[in-house]
Amino acid sequence: MIIEALLAATFLSAVIVFALPDEYAPKTAFGLSLVPVAGGLYMWATFTGSGNALTGGDIAFQTVLPWLEVAGYTFQWYVGVDGISLPLVVLTTFLTSLAIVSAWTPIDDRKSQFYGLMLLMEANLIGVFTALDFFAWFVFWEAVLVPMYFLIGVWGGPRRQYAAIKFFVYTNIASLVMFIGFMMLVLSLPINSFGLPAITQSLAAGELGSFFFLSPDALAAVAFVALFIGFAVKVPVVPVHTWLPDAHVEAPTPVSVMLAGVLLKMGTYALLRFNFTMLPEQASAFAVPIAAIAVVSVIYGAMLALAQQDLKRIVAYSSVSSMGYVILGLVAFTEFGLGGATFQMIAHGLISGLMFMAVGVIYNATHTRLVGDMSGLADRMPIAVWILVAGAFAYMGLPLMAGFAGEFFIFVGSFGSTTLQYAPVFTALAMFGIVIVAGYLLFAMQRTLFGPFRLETEYELDRAPIHDIAPLVALLAAIIVLGVVPSLFWNMILDATVPLLDLLGGGAL
Amino acid sequence: MSLLLQATTDWAFSVRALAPVLVVALSGLAVLGIDSLWPDERSLELVAGTAVAGTLSALGLSLWYLASGTGQPGGGGAIRLFSETIIVDGTALLFIAIVTSVAAMVSVASYDYLEADENPGSYYSLLLFATTAMTLMAVANSLATVFVSLEMASLPSYALVAYLKTNRGSVEAGLKYFLIGAVSAAVFAFGISLVYGATGSLLLTDIAAGIGGVGDLDGILGVGILMIAGGFAFKTASVPFHFWAPEAYEGAPAPISAFLSSASKAAGFVVAFRVFAVAFQPALGVAIDWGLLFGILAVVTMVLGNFAAATQTEVKRMLAYSSIGHAGYALIGLAAVTADANPANATVMGAAMAHLFVYGFMNTGAFLFIAMVEHWGIGRTFEDYAGVGRKAPMASLAMAVFMFSLAGLPVFGGFFSKYILFLGAINAGFWWLAAVGAVTSALSLFYYSRVVKALWFEEANGSLDALDSKPTGLYAAVIVAGVVTVLLLPGFGPVIETAEAAAAALFA
Repeated sequence: MIIEALLAATFLSAVIVFALPDEYAPKTAFGLSLVPVAGGLYMWATFTGSGNALTGGDIAFQTVLPWLEVAGYTFQWYVGVDGISLPLVVLTTFLTSLAIVSAWTPIDDRKSQFYGLMLLMEANLIGVFTALDFFAWFVFWEAVLVPMYFLIGVWGGPRRQYAAIKFFVYTNIASLVMFIGFMMLVLSLPINSFGLPAITQSLAAGELGSFFFLSPDALAAVAFVALFIGFAVKVPVVPVHTWLPDAHVEAPTPVSVMLAGVLLKMGTYALLRFNFTMLPEQASAFAVPIAAIAVVSVIYGAMLALAQQDLKRIVAYSSVSSMGYVILGLVAFTEFGLGGATFQMIAHGLISGLMFMAVGVIYNATHTRLVGDMSGLADRMPIAVWILVAGAFAYMGLPLMAGFAGEFFIFVGSFGSTTLQYAPVFTALAMFGIVIVAGYLLFAMQRTLFGPFRLETEYELDRAPIHDIAPLVALLAAIIVLGVVPSLFWNMILDATVPLLDLLGGGAL
Repeated sequence: MSLLLQATTDWAFSVRALAPVLVVALSGLAVLGIDSLWPDERSLELVAGTAVAGTLSALGLSLWYLASGTGQPGGGGAIRLFSETIIVDGTALLFIAIVTSVAAMVSVASYDYLEADENPGSYYSLLLFATTAMTLMAVANSLATVFVSLEMASLPSYALVAYLKTNRGSVEAGLKYFLIGAVSAAVFAFGISLVYGATGSLLLTDIAAGIGGVGDLDGILGVGILMIAGGFAFKTASVPFHFWAPEAYEGAPAPISAFLSSASKAAGFVVAFRVFAVAFQPALGVAIDWGLLFGILAVVTMVLGNFAAATQTEVKRMLAYSSIGHAGYALIGLAAVTADANPANATVMGAAMAHLFVYGFMNTGAFLFIAMVEHWGIGRTFEDYAGVGRKAPMASLAMAVFMFSLAGLPVFGGFFSKYILFLGAINAGFWWLAAVGAVTSALSLFYYSRVVKALWFEEANGSLDALDSKPTGLYAAVIVAGVVTVLLLPGFGPVIETAEAAAAALFA
């Protein structure tokens, strides 16, 4: 019942904040957002699940209730967590609270609506990561889009309408493709439930029938491709990534934090849950093209970042690059590959959140994000700048920070993959991406942060208030803690990902 | 003596079974009485209160009967009255609930709309008589009662559309509605006479029994069914008798547009469902493949409604075309019916009923939001709606809910009803209907989101000072509709289960 309580508390907080007068909304929203943080930590501390939720593991905090029954099918309210989803729930609650604090400075219009929508989005995100029935999951999945659409479209920059609609159209079409593919799959199974574990186990038992004129094998391939397209847009990978920079540049800082930190992880989480858990054989059959997409995303995303002048665009494109590593880890299908990919979701959530927040603090102070407009900020706003530097090093994978653990695990896992052909080649190419990441981050920082002070805007440099800096410090602390003690999440992640290896008959490191 | 006793128990029994219908009729008469007794006093509160009380108690009664099993297989089966010309069963009660809940919301909302009106009594009595007739359509079990109740619903509707006597658009819309209505009534009556000629009965069950023996008259029966289908197409605003709808919905007072596009459409569909499921199902293999006919009409209606809606510049007219598109979705419930006793028949028709139930809330709410905008007087086009979200966040939030729900975004009640409708069509083998429905739904998100974009993303062009007035009744109705639309997602189970059981009883 703890998950229901968590969801109910968050939804209720959203309604309360939406109805509050503007002047009370920011602080109330932060206070109420601590309730899900506490709930998430409580779940983490008392977590007793083991194994993977879909392949018959022991699901923690599980609830199953009938929802509706129609046309011979049972729709359920089915929630629970395993070692993959629980870290993402904790990440969501933690990042939302910090994003709310980081909104105190930039958001000065329609505050109660803004914070209400942030909490509404948080509630739906928790739902996405805990739902284990397809329809409950799908409702939450789509319900995340609606607050995001408003958050970009109402509080965004000058081209916010374009960015919001592009985001909405891309992700909705992707959802439709995914939905149709998944429906074809489930309607061809001899089960009457939409529970994800039941579907996974029925597929694993080879019970897939044919769908009209599609044979079972063709159907599985079609469904795999449809699901992959649906989730790839969300991740996003090249070439369907173009909505992301637009959305990020127009979105206000706290919304970018949520977008990069949690919303992108919905895509990789769903890839892991659906494509790689339900259809592992198709995943290994399509391994080479997927790995190629991953490597192209890593390299091309990094090169695009290299070419940008806007600090926020740089961070946005580097997300495309980082999510490429996650896909590589998934497609490797090894103990360290799957585990590392899951760990990297958390690590990247924290690091990209930190980077967007730090860029936001600089923007609040300078009113510009263009690299050419400023230099030597390190003298004037040392704390924010040094945290940004630390975040950049975390991005580059400095040891003892969370990013190192994630990327290292992924490379170890993908190098020795047996399901992926030419695994060492793909791994080597992807590792080359780190060099480019280091290049563009160092280059941008050298020009903006160091050297003589210069600021080419009409504004004076503001002093960053304490509530701008505090969430940066908290995030940096979390990144270091997770880098030093990855086992905080690593053990439960492995516990949930290792059973997947049996689906393809073992597998290497 | 015993005959008298028999008569009184029958009488009491009939009154009890028909209580939801009678309550609405009595409240209509009460409004008329108040207006006649005190013709010089303008008693808006009193007549509006009577209308709301009447429709809400009818709604409560029908929900109570539904919950307690009256007229349903679990509660002794359908109640047939007056030589079987009236039937009270699950389908009837479900649609009485739809019609009366729409009428209740419209009555509440009209209170503000009629603030400056000289004679609210005539408006409310017309509204209540139309509602009465629509509840009668839900219980009609013979082509005679069908025709009478259908005409009884149409006459007050013509007057209501033309209610703004000094407004050219309103009067023109009323005239157009009346002319097309008169033609379709003639076609419908002629169709009834042909069916009677072929089968020798007007009672739906007897018609079904008579179809086996039509022999050489199968051609006449087929033409009759075709003409009756035309009559329903008029009432439900489906192609090819949809021309009146955009004009009437646009010209009429917005609460009346809400009433006609939700309640009147639902009433048209309940008659169509009952007549075709009960009387004409055997005719599928004998006289005319009306399933295919409705399939074609459904496709054309979905495509035409949605594409025409996408090209509109005025919000109310866009909603009028979207309402035609939704008639196309509900037509799937008739199109996917097959001649054999297939459980998929009840699934798909039940899904169409559930869709009309959800539609009753989301569409009424959307039109009532437009009534609110008309009340403020800020204009009719998408541009005029710009920036309203800033001044009226709660109402605009509700409007966003209606738009996303109408588009079938999987966040609100409209998703499940559409999804199960398409699932039912696939199960019955009509994957092409589901495919057209899915594609047009995806398209519809485009024009529905234009409203949301205008309300929330754009800055106001002119002054929105008019928005400082908060019309209580309109607000209450819009918020209630919004809350119900949201709650119908988690609470869809009882609706779809009731609707499926009701549809299954029709085919039994």
